[in-house]
Amino acid sequence: MKRHSLITRVWHWINALALVVLFMSGLNISNAHRHLYWGNYGFDPADAWMSVMRFPAWVTIPQRYDLAEARDWHNTSAWVFAIGLLTMWTASIVTRHFWRDIAMRPGDWSLGALAKAVREHLPGGGADHDSPYNPVQRLSYGIVLGIFLPMMVFTGLAISPGFEVAAPWLIDLLGGRQSARSLHFIFAWALFAFFVVHIVMVLASKPLKQISRMITGGPRKESTDA
Amino acid sequence: MPDIKRRTLLAGMAAMPAAACSELAETGPAGDIFDAAEDWHRSAHRTLASRQALAPEYAPDERSPDIRGNGTLKIETAEYREHKASGFADWQLSVSGLVDNPLTLSMADLRALPQRTQITRHDCVEGWSAIAEWSGPQLSALLDKAKVRKEANFIVFRCADVLYGRDYYESVDMVDAYHPQTIIAHELNGAPLPEKNGAPLRMRIERQLGYKHAKYLTAIEAVASFEDIYDGKGGFWEDIGDYQWYAGI
Repeated sequence: MKRHSLITRVWHWINALALVVLFMSGLNISNAHRHLYWGNYGFDPADAWMSVMRFPAWVTIPQRYDLAEARDWHNTSAWVFAIGLLTMWTASIVTRHFWRDIAMRPGDWSLGALAKAVREHLPGGGADHDSPYNPVQRLSYGIVLGIFLPMMVFTGLAISPGFEVAAPWLIDLLGGRQSARSLHFIFAWALFAFFVVHIVMVLASKPLKQISRMITGGPRKESTDA
Repeated sequence: MPDIKRRTLLAGMAAMPAAACSELAETGPAGDIFDAAEDWHRSAHRTLASRQALAPEYAPDERSPDIRGNGTLKIETAEYREHKASGFADWQLSVSGLVDNPLTLSMADLRALPQRTQITRHDCVEGWSAIAEWSGPQLSALLDKAKVRKEANFIVFRCADVLYGRDYYESVDMVDAYHPQTIIAHELNGAPLPEKNGAPLRMRIERQLGYKHAKYLTAIEAVASFEDIYDGKGGFWEDIGDYQWYAGI
């Protein structure tokens, strides 16, 4: 298994922290108007395609309903998240980390290859945790890094009326402001789902070793080209 | 833009975990960072788009069936009820403060000025949006007539409504004050403004969220600073709830 590069490790933890703050403050913001719409407008709960639960104070930042303060946490950590994502993507392309480790390979795009990776990870499957990412991992990380995380930035920017004048096409592309807001909510929960699976997978595969690798990078091999 | 120290930034970032959030937000490094971030949002928006860039305008058939009222929906004072009963015939709007030529305008005066009609989207800080047609004179026309002095940095809007025992008010900087879509609306969808939407006059500040669009407008004041006005944060929600003065995000 290759070492995690310094930039991967620093980004991973800053991003994790920013996402926790964004998600929890986002739930507080959601409580201000719990109805989601498609199109450009929407204010009447009767027109909502979905009305979501009121999220309890213990899962929100701050730990009481406070839209103004939640917006402060949300919009400030959004800078950390967006700049971090841009930095990580730039580095992954420059160092070719993306092409080497994450991009799907020709043979990956088959149900057989994906099923094989899953089978190897079932009990008794004999998966080798020191090998490079398997096709399921490459696909999952690719979707999260390439779609879920960037979509959070784009849908978030599209909700801002001050940003909209700079790129009105973005709001049109997303189907209008209320569609962008709905998508922001959907992708936030998609990321939450990834977060849960990610944690379960780490816990199921030598968690201490995995976590320490994401902090220290992992053992340095004697051979130079690990 | 406040000069924020690297160490303050790092300290604030390190201090993000939820448990300590509330205390941090009110005082200390996080509060400073939040204020700085508000400036970043404004400067980023103003850098990315032209200062006069227009908010999207829609076609008549893209309007929403109604526009929700929020905040004050009805004003119970005898004075306002009388104005309302007489169709706001005697309603007056003053333009004062740092101006060479203070004005007092009647509804007829405002209707006699060149009018701008725009179908725009109203975005509430809560998250909902509505689309409607607004008409009225541009604020810039009034400011030019009143001859705003160079020392003025902000325009303050004073209102007839009282919420939670406080007078509603708002303020914008000169970029938004002179923006072509910043109008004093007296019509909504071709009819006089309904009471829930701010009759007889309300501001439209199209590139910012709904709470900036002061309703039941009585006075416009040019000021150098809003520090001495009410609690000094530049608006009703800014004072009572610590809402962001720049509401473009």
